[in-house]
Amino acid sequence: MVVRSISGSQSRSRTFKMTFIYIALAVGMVIVILPFLWMVSTSLKTPADIFKIPTVWIPNPIVWENYPNAMTILPFGRFILNTAKITGLAVVGATLSGSLAAFAFARLRWRGRNFMFVLVLSTLMLPFQVIMIPQFILFRELEWLDTYLPLVVPAFFGGSAFNIFLLRQYFMTISPELDDAAIIDGCSRFGVYWRIILPLSKAALMTVVIFIVQNRWQSFLVPLIYLFDQKKYTLALGLRLFQDQYTTEWELMMAAATVSMIPVLLVFYYGQRYFIQGVVFTGVKG
Amino acid sequence: MATLQDHIAATSARTRQRPWYHLNGEERLAWLLVLPWIIGFVAFQLGPMLASLGISLTEWRMFTPPTFIGLANYVEMISGDPLVFQAFKVTTIYSITSVPLRIALGVLVALLLNASVRGLAFIRTVYYLPATVSGVAVAMVWLLILNGDFGMLNRALSLLGLEGPYWLTDTRTVLASFVLMSLWSVGAGIIIYLAGLQGVPNELYEAAEVDGADDWVKFWRITIPMISPVLFFQFVIGMIDALQEFAGPFIMTQGGPGNASLFVMLYLFRQGFEFFQMGYASALAWVLFVYIMLLTLFIIRSSAVWVYYEGEVKGS
Repeated sequence: MVVRSISGSQSRSRTFKMTFIYIALAVGMVIVILPFLWMVSTSLKTPADIFKIPTVWIPNPIVWENYPNAMTILPFGRFILNTAKITGLAVVGATLSGSLAAFAFARLRWRGRNFMFVLVLSTLMLPFQVIMIPQFILFRELEWLDTYLPLVVPAFFGGSAFNIFLLRQYFMTISPELDDAAIIDGCSRFGVYWRIILPLSKAALMTVVIFIVQNRWQSFLVPLIYLFDQKKYTLALGLRLFQDQYTTEWELMMAAATVSMIPVLLVFYYGQRYFIQGVVFTGVKG
Repeated sequence: MATLQDHIAATSARTRQRPWYHLNGEERLAWLLVLPWIIGFVAFQLGPMLASLGISLTEWRMFTPPTFIGLANYVEMISGDPLVFQAFKVTTIYSITSVPLRIALGVLVALLLNASVRGLAFIRTVYYLPATVSGVAVAMVWLLILNGDFGMLNRALSLLGLEGPYWLTDTRTVLASFVLMSLWSVGAGIIIYLAGLQGVPNELYEAAEVDGADDWVKFWRITIPMISPVLFFQFVIGMIDALQEFAGPFIMTQGGPGNASLFVMLYLFRQGFEFFQMGYASALAWVLFVYIMLLTLFIIRSSAVWVYYEGEVKGS
């Protein structure tokens, strides 16, 4: 009897604890989601509804025209295309050059490997602002200002050390016996990279691609420094221009912001497995 | 057996004797594969970094040739430009508030998620959502949320009978606004801490329970020490990031009101790309760089006291 009453009170206190946890998590989720809902709701309002008290959550009428209006005041179609072009090139460059370097660090034996790897990692600590001004001067000398070259070319030369690190860690988990078997069968070392390591690393490559897309799609400071001609603007610069010129037209600004977030949220939705893997992989083992 | 050992010894001796420039096929391939990164490193990182040190010793107005002025930029920063001190003050206050709060909040949510809740994948996804979006769009949304007259935050406060301030135009609340905003996107941290928590061996908790430890003791004596390497890593990375905050203040306040949100990066951008003071901006960049390095070093030094590495005990 005594035993049962103790376990009963324990399970009751556990139920109480779990209820509390679920409530706390739910409140947190509401707080996290509210800004998104507020953004979308505002993007469908008439200006009058935005200022109304009490708060209007479901606009009446729902002003769908805010979206086409926002997208045509400035050439947002063009901005999206520009950003997609830059993002695409950066993805190709950084995954290609990054995975090659990662392969050398994970799979080949060479003198200087450890030193070079530490060097790669040390660039993670190098803040962008120290190189920002000389880079600008360099690219100006090369007459690359107001082109996409400063945004894209560095990606083809290794990209971020973060990608190299993530890929190298992943390559290390693939059994080296596969390499040996392939080499005995007459495969070259480069063939090992191309035919064995890359196909087996799709998950890690996806993670890297997703991080680059997320990063480049929203990158602001670098395009701000290098692009002047409005026709060449990225989405982030276009949004900034919009915000500067139409400060009070909240419904249009929120429509533009919503449109700009959709691709990133879609990529996240379809690739969340890779996102979470990547975050855990580099955050815990880093 | 002896012949095999001889063979190994001979091979390794040969490797050692081989001059450094004599590469075998594998080594040649390795250098070839790393070459793009090396070129990128020298051209876009190391070179510019050293160049910026040189530039910081000049007066260079972009469109006229540079003139060497020694340490004058650095002297000016310390003695003639109160905005430098203001910028470092603002950035430091923001960083040392935002980063620990982000870690505390992240660990808290991760602890809740670690209590074997149902629908973990879904809840985790929701919390991660804000971390996927960043930059201009997020700044615009928060401009609306923090608006003093009709923003979401003040509407919520008024439901509680409170009158919210004009968050972004009040010198007393503008930094708090940025801290608040940074707390919204704490999701990546949550995932990392959750993975860390799941890595803590259950036997430790069981052993502690046998000894009569309650949840509070278990948290401080087991959980925190066991995940302290993760906390440490996130703290360092978080500080480096926070000290370089740019897009938020650039879009939302332009450093105002009255320079109360003049982050260092914002001031640097102004000097470099609005006033075209390349020399002065480079000097600023180097001071920020050294500042970040010193802070990181301080954190690493202090970590000996509060970070627990499993390997240290096992190894001894």
